[in-house]
Order: sequence, then structure tokens, then C-alpha cells
Amino acid sequence: MEGAKISLLITKDLVKWFGDTHAVDHVNFTVKESEVLALIGSNGAGKTTLVNLISTKQSVHGRIKAGIARSFQLVNLFDQLTARDNVALTIFSREGKIANLVALAASDSAVWDEAHEILKAFGLEAKARTLAGGVSQGERKLLDVAVAYALRPKLLFLDEPTSGVSTREKAPIMDTVTSVVRSTGISAAIIEHDMDVVFNYSDRIVAMHQGAILADGPPDEIRRNETVITNLIGTTEAR
Amino acid sequence: MSVPAPAPRTTASATRPLRIAVPIAVLLALVPLVLPPYSSILLAYGLVMAIGALGFNLLLGYTGLLSFGHSAYFGVGAYAVALMVKYLRVTSMELFLVGAIVASVLITALFGVVCVRYTRIFFGILTLALSQVLWSLAFKFFWVTGGTDGLRVPTPSLFAGLVTGAGDKIAFMSHAYYYYVLITFCVCVALMWVIVNSPFGMALQAIRDNETRAEFVGVQIWRYRWVAFLVSGVFTGLAGALWVPLNGLTTPDIMHWTFSGEIVFMTVLGGFRSFAGPIIGAIVFNYLKTYAVGYTVYWQLLLGAVLVGLVLSLPTGIVGTASRLVARFQGRS
Repeated sequence: MEGAKISLLITKDLVKWFGDTHAVDHVNFTVKESEVLALIGSNGAGKTTLVNLISTKQSVHGRIKAGIARSFQLVNLFDQLTARDNVALTIFSREGKIANLVALAASDSAVWDEAHEILKAFGLEAKARTLAGGVSQGERKLLDVAVAYALRPKLLFLDEPTSGVSTREKAPIMDTVTSVVRSTGISAAIIEHDMDVVFNYSDRIVAMHQGAILADGPPDEIRRNETVITNLIGTTEAR
Repeated sequence: MSVPAPAPRTTASATRPLRIAVPIAVLLALVPLVLPPYSSILLAYGLVMAIGALGFNLLLGYTGLLSFGHSAYFGVGAYAVALMVKYLRVTSMELFLVGAIVASVLITALFGVVCVRYTRIFFGILTLALSQVLWSLAFKFFWVTGGTDGLRVPTPSLFAGLVTGAGDKIAFMSHAYYYYVLITFCVCVALMWVIVNSPFGMALQAIRDNETRAEFVGVQIWRYRWVAFLVSGVFTGLAGALWVPLNGLTTPDIMHWTFSGEIVFMTVLGGFRSFAGPIIGAIVFNYLKTYAVGYTVYWQLLLGAVLVGLVLSLPTGIVGTASRLVARFQGRS
């Protein structure tokens, strides 16, 4: 029942200039509840700028409704804290307990239990006590998403969750991430260059080009869209 | 300045540190009973500096900010005590501590607002510049501060007047005052341990590691840095207040940037990547400096050479190196 879904995020005429460059050009963008959406586009199309605008609520012309967390294209973790501490810190912050400086963090078992559950969901249980700076790139990508997920967002923006990892690792990462997202009923907007990932894991695809939205629709429709093929996919052979 | 991050630190249970700390505290309590008065007084100086270094390391080791101006907060604590003696005729150590804490809070709160907006070299230079402002005030306003002559501080009364310094000053300093310093030191260590292992302490480490991500998970960077700056300054101010009765005199020298350098050095020497590093570093530095001064007039040259050698041979500090050796030994066995 696609039509009955509530829109979690609506942007109206979102605009961002970098000097003379129109990085985001009157973007009307919607994310519905419980959907996995892919944002595609060549480098410089405005995908990351769009996510930055939405996730940091920068001053822009336009209107934003939010309830959002995000992961990063270049992994942003607390490298000298363990994987478990990375997630627990986020939970402390979400629960408004982070300012407490006269109670031991270790004594709040509810937070650590939840951190353990999240790590387990992302397949990082065995790395719980390893420093974030010491785990593999694929695990870092997953931990990056896990930290964002620990904020319990309604909408999770994932900026290239499989960039920098081997082809073999991409599918397990996406399987894990989309499994967590779908099982908890939240929405995810994934920026991705790998078209296999895009077509295999998303419910809807938004294609961007030169700051504007080129096409918006289900994977099968986007796969056949001539404009998208010409500007983004670069081949007429259907994948 | 931003600095390399400390070694892994996970949240610890409350009992394990107690198993280590209690025997050490007992040993420290035995010192005046088994060693000559001079040794107790020397160790009291070390413990006082350890409180200051512990405060300093909240910024360096846990928040990633290298201050070159902590002499200012040490001096604020010391001068607060001296001015209370001069103008209010106060002799109670408890009132001295309260006065020093209030003065440190006021100064660090103000300086913190200016400094915590910056990081790296900008933070370091700002803290240095502000400390030099206080030093020049202490130096120039001689009718208030005594200028280079400084201000004398008589032997205080302890525990709300229950213990007074009437009589043998050496005996008082090496016993009653030593225990007073030891108790304050234990309280400060316990308090700092709780702070760095609290959710707030985790947030500071998060800021140190990755400011961008910390902001995204909801940590208010400036506010947390400011609170860390405040706590750090108050610990160092408290050390200044405990130091001045031991020394009997405060002069502008303790506000000079070179004294800030000593605080940095003792922390790095012990190892800023561990909780105990600044404590060990402060005590060792104090002994090194005392014996170097007694050995030669070129004590600064000697001390510098020794410290350069130690830092080059022990890049993670005394505690970091000792921890590595212990881990290696345990691995073999």
C-alpha cells in the first residue's frame, strides 16, 4: 500500500549554492516510512550536499522536516574507544545522560545491554571490545551505521556504505544493513555509486544530476529510463 | 593543540581500581612514620603537583587540548590563599581551599569561554597568552601582590582549627599537613577517576577522537570543552592552594609560562595516555628537580638533558612503558 505510507521527510525547493555553482537546485524530495531509497548520481551531482543540508539543518532556502541520523562516506568513528563504547556513547547521548559527570558509565546496564544488542544486530558482537580504529574497513563501515542507528532515527541516511570495501564485502554489508533497517521498520536513504547495490537493495531510486532531480521511481522504471541511462548509468544494457 | 589520542580506555568497574588504590594509599600513609620529615615534605610537594597534573590531563589526555597556561590556575589558587591571609587574616585551610576553588572557578570560567572555541596551536597560544596576562598583573601590582617579593603564607590551621601549626613547623608539615595533602589527593584522584569514567568523560574522549561525529551524536562540543576546562582549572587551582602553605611564600614565578611547561612535562613524563601517568610523572619530576637543584647550579641543563633522554626512551611515559612491559611479561607467562 505505497500510497498509504506517511512521508517522513519532505523538502520543498531546497537550494544550495557554492559560489556560482548551483549544488542543490530546487529539490523536492520525499522519503516515506519503511522504505529503502537510493540516491544516485555522478560525482558532483549534489547527493552528499543534499544529505548534508538535511542532516545538519544548514541555513537554506526551503523547508525541512527531520528526525534523522546519518553515516558518513569517510568513516567517522571514535577510534580510540572500543566498538561497544562508540555505540554506548551514542545511546547515552540519545537518552540525555551524556552530561552526567558524577556517575560511572559502566553502572548503567540498560545502556550497555542495548549497545550489545545493536552490535549483535550488525554482526559486530565479536569486536565489541576492540578499538574502533583497529577493526577492518568493512567492520568500520558497519560500525559507522550502527552508531547512527543507535540514535534510533526514523530515517537513516547512509552515505556510500560500501565505498572503500572489496566487492566481496559489499553484499554482506548491505544484507546486514538492510536487514536491520527493514526489521525495525525505519527508513533508509542510501547514497551509492554501485548500481548492483542500488538495484538489488532499494525500493525506490532518486537520480540526481547537476543539483536537480532527474528521475524518481522504482528500480525497474529507473533501469529503463533513457535520461538516467544516458547521464548516469552510461549503458543501455539493462542490469 | 590536538594531540595523539590516549591508549584504549574502556569503562571500568568500581572495584578493580580500588584494589590497586587502597594499598598505595596505605603505603603513602606510612611514609611519615618510617621516613625522615624531609622525605614526607618532598612527597607532599609531589602529591600536590600530582593533583595539578591530574587536572591538566583532563584537557590533554581526555579532551585532546594542550594548554600552555595552567600555571595561571595554579597561581590563582596560591594567590587566593595569600590574599585571604593578607586582607582577611584567614588561617583556616578549609577556608583557603574554598577561596581557591571560588577564585579558580571564576578565572577558568572566563578564560574557558575565550579558549575552548579554538583547538590545536590556537588553543595552546591563547592559554599561554592569558596566563602571561595574570603573571604580569602579579608582577606589576606589587602593592597588592607583593611583586617579585611575593606574599608570605603562615602555617594554617587544619580540620576547622582542631590541628594548628603552633610549634615545630617541620613536624607539622611532615605529619599533619602531609596527611591533609594525602586526604585531599585521594579525594581528588577518586573524583577525577569518576569524571573520566562517566558518560561525560566518554563524551570528552569522543570530542578528542572525532569532533564531527561527536556533534552528530548530540555532544555539544563547546559546552563540554568548557566544563572540562573548568574542572581542569579548579583541580590545578586546588593544587596551588595546597602548595602555598608548604612553600610559605608565593611569587609571580608560579604564574610564568615556564611553570606551565613544567606541568606539561611532568604529565608527558608520566604518560598522558593513562590515568595514573600524570600522578607518577608529577612525583618523579618533583624528585628529579629537587635533586638536580641540589646537585648543580646548572640544574636546568641537567634536568633538561635527563627529561629529553626519558621522553625519547619512554615515548609513552613511565606508566605507558611499565604497562607495556607488564603486558609483555603476562603474555609470556
